[in-house]
Amino acid sequence: MTAAVFFGCTFIAFGPAVALFILTIAREPLRVIFLIAGAFFWLVSLLLSSLLWFIVVQLSDQQNAAQQKGLLVFGVLLSVLLQEAFRYAYYTLLKKANEGLLSLSQEDTMPISIRQLAYVSGLGFGFMSGAFSVVNILADSVGPGIVGIHGDSQHYFISSAFMTMALTLLHMFWGVVFFEACEKRSWLHLSLVVCSHLLVSCLTFVNPQYLGSLIPTFVLLTVWAGWAFTCAGGTLRNLSLCLTCKDKDFLLANHHHRSR
Amino acid sequence: GMFMSERWPRGILNKGFGRQRSDAGAAQRPSRGEAELNGQPPRAPQVVTDSEEEEDEELTLKYGAKHVIMLFVPVTLCMVVVVATIKSVSFYTQNDGQQLIYTPFPENTDTVGERALNSVLNATIMISVIVVMTLVLVLLYKNRCYKVIHAWLFFSSLLLLFFFSFIYLGQVFKTYNVAMDYLTLALIMWNFGVVGMICIHWKGPLRLQQAYLIMISALMALVFIKYLPEWTAWLILAVISVYDLLAVLCPKGPLRILVETAQERNEPIFPALIYSSTMVWLVGMADNSEPRNNSVPAQSESQAVPMTPTSPTEDDGGFTSTWVNQQQHQLGPLQSTEDTRREIQQMPSARPPVEDDDEERGVKLGLGDFIFYSMLVGKASATASGDWNTTLACFVAILIGLCLTLLLLAIFKKALPALPISIAFGLVFYFATDNLVRPFMDQLATHQFYI
Repeated sequence: MTAAVFFGCTFIAFGPAVALFILTIAREPLRVIFLIAGAFFWLVSLLLSSLLWFIVVQLSDQQNAAQQKGLLVFGVLLSVLLQEAFRYAYYTLLKKANEGLLSLSQEDTMPISIRQLAYVSGLGFGFMSGAFSVVNILADSVGPGIVGIHGDSQHYFISSAFMTMALTLLHMFWGVVFFEACEKRSWLHLSLVVCSHLLVSCLTFVNPQYLGSLIPTFVLLTVWAGWAFTCAGGTLRNLSLCLTCKDKDFLLANHHHRSR
Repeated sequence: GMFMSERWPRGILNKGFGRQRSDAGAAQRPSRGEAELNGQPPRAPQVVTDSEEEEDEELTLKYGAKHVIMLFVPVTLCMVVVVATIKSVSFYTQNDGQQLIYTPFPENTDTVGERALNSVLNATIMISVIVVMTLVLVLLYKNRCYKVIHAWLFFSSLLLLFFFSFIYLGQVFKTYNVAMDYLTLALIMWNFGVVGMICIHWKGPLRLQQAYLIMISALMALVFIKYLPEWTAWLILAVISVYDLLAVLCPKGPLRILVETAQERNEPIFPALIYSSTMVWLVGMADNSEPRNNSVPAQSESQAVPMTPTSPTEDDGGFTSTWVNQQQHQLGPLQSTEDTRREIQQMPSARPPVEDDDEERGVKLGLGDFIFYSMLVGKASATASGDWNTTLACFVAILIGLCLTLLLLAIFKKALPALPISIAFGLVFYFATDNLVRPFMDQLATHQFYI
């Protein structure tokens, strides 16, 4: 335990997200602000869902363990739905703000495109979701202890870390596809995002059978990665150009006046 | 001396943003910067035309965002320092039974009602002390007792930089069991303190000055976290936000009076009470022993800066929490008169032409704001049973509040209190996260469900 587990799990859980942040977002103040605003929206959705869950729990029989678990499941589903609702709310807010700014400014491109906003807000949601899921666990992993001494799984920390990483990245992909679906009014895609989120959360109900939850989640992660990549305008050609460093206009960096 | 707390300009936030192109953009690179106005007669505040305004919106967004980040970073750093200290050094969370003289009623009473009553009384006393101090300051300022004010500021920062840092260092050494002798400690403290005094009150590298301001804000917040009992602390935070709102926005509010007096007299603000994100550079810094006179073009409140630096020992201008002007004290006792500046100005200059002014106008936030933000987050991390979730939630809430305040600032372009929105969000999120979200997340973590 202690330091090795702590650092290992932290880097697993937050590595990709932080790398994305540092490489693509940290230099642009506007993106940072929208990231934090996205995190805030996720937080508000969590607050609402916890409030509702709390009320329901208070009204129920607190001694009945099965009922409590059922209520928890209900809480999870409610929370997922609320998160997606707030994602939609954030999208509407951004759209309105962007339109307002566009009409005011004399330039015909916005300083930040809706696709960038999709990416950034998705990552904001992901950061906050990941942080809330795993930070307390990480804090506990620093101290002394034995994992699974009462017969629970010994892979608690590392599975949490992997799950968090998957969820963070998934949130980002969902954000991209969601905004695109809203732009194109494709309700099918939108409902797919929501269903996928529900599916991932429901998969975690089989924990601690980590094989049952982690593997499908990672499969979904790759699927959504591909979909989000296509949604954002990526093609195999772009990818090969980018990887061989022949593309001067990198996908998200150096985006100044190209409207996407 | 907890009187220091009130002299920190709580809650007024002002950006050097504005319509006047004649502003001194504060520049970090010496090749840029304001100086266009040096030696030239002051320009009247420009009337903004419509097209200028539209053009401004686009730039405003980009540069506004930059300014927001320029404030996010130090606020985040301050909070990180406070939270890190709270989590590692147990001294600041221990209840030694000592309290400030301003909060004499204890909170470890038998009944809840008594505790509530005591905390209300404590908060009332503290707030009245603060109000009285502000009024005293307004009076002193109106009667031009600059020496008194300046001595007060000097003494406070002296106390903070030496005494409180010494205690802090001592506690850190105790926590990590570091063996230290008094000689080394004296050397360290002496250097730290003197360099701090120089940076804050005179001139020094911008980053160093910012670092010192962050450090003393963190120290002050830690003192508050330690010595204010729990309910009192929350009450004080709430009441001080309300007070801030009233003091800055009401026509008869003391802080507003200060701001207006400072404007009437065309005087810059006190040094060492504001965090400024950029620095003002002067072309041809003429070293003149003449005291700064009011030949500086006056700027209206929400606009930028007079060019001349102010000598800290002579004239401090007003204590205002609006930070209308950039801090000249960073440049030290550079006093130049209009004539000398004009001369220098007319010399051929090798500077490249100044580009857009907007970019270099800095943003200012009062140190009181830093202190209260950090105090909220520190208290959240010290007392919340939800631990890191609550801390994170408060952190995000405060940043968003700051963002909204800056947005309002950009819209209204006048001095605004920085405390109310952030503290309101922070308090709401603290109590909501601690009581509602924590049990939910705990249950989820137990079963390893993910949402």
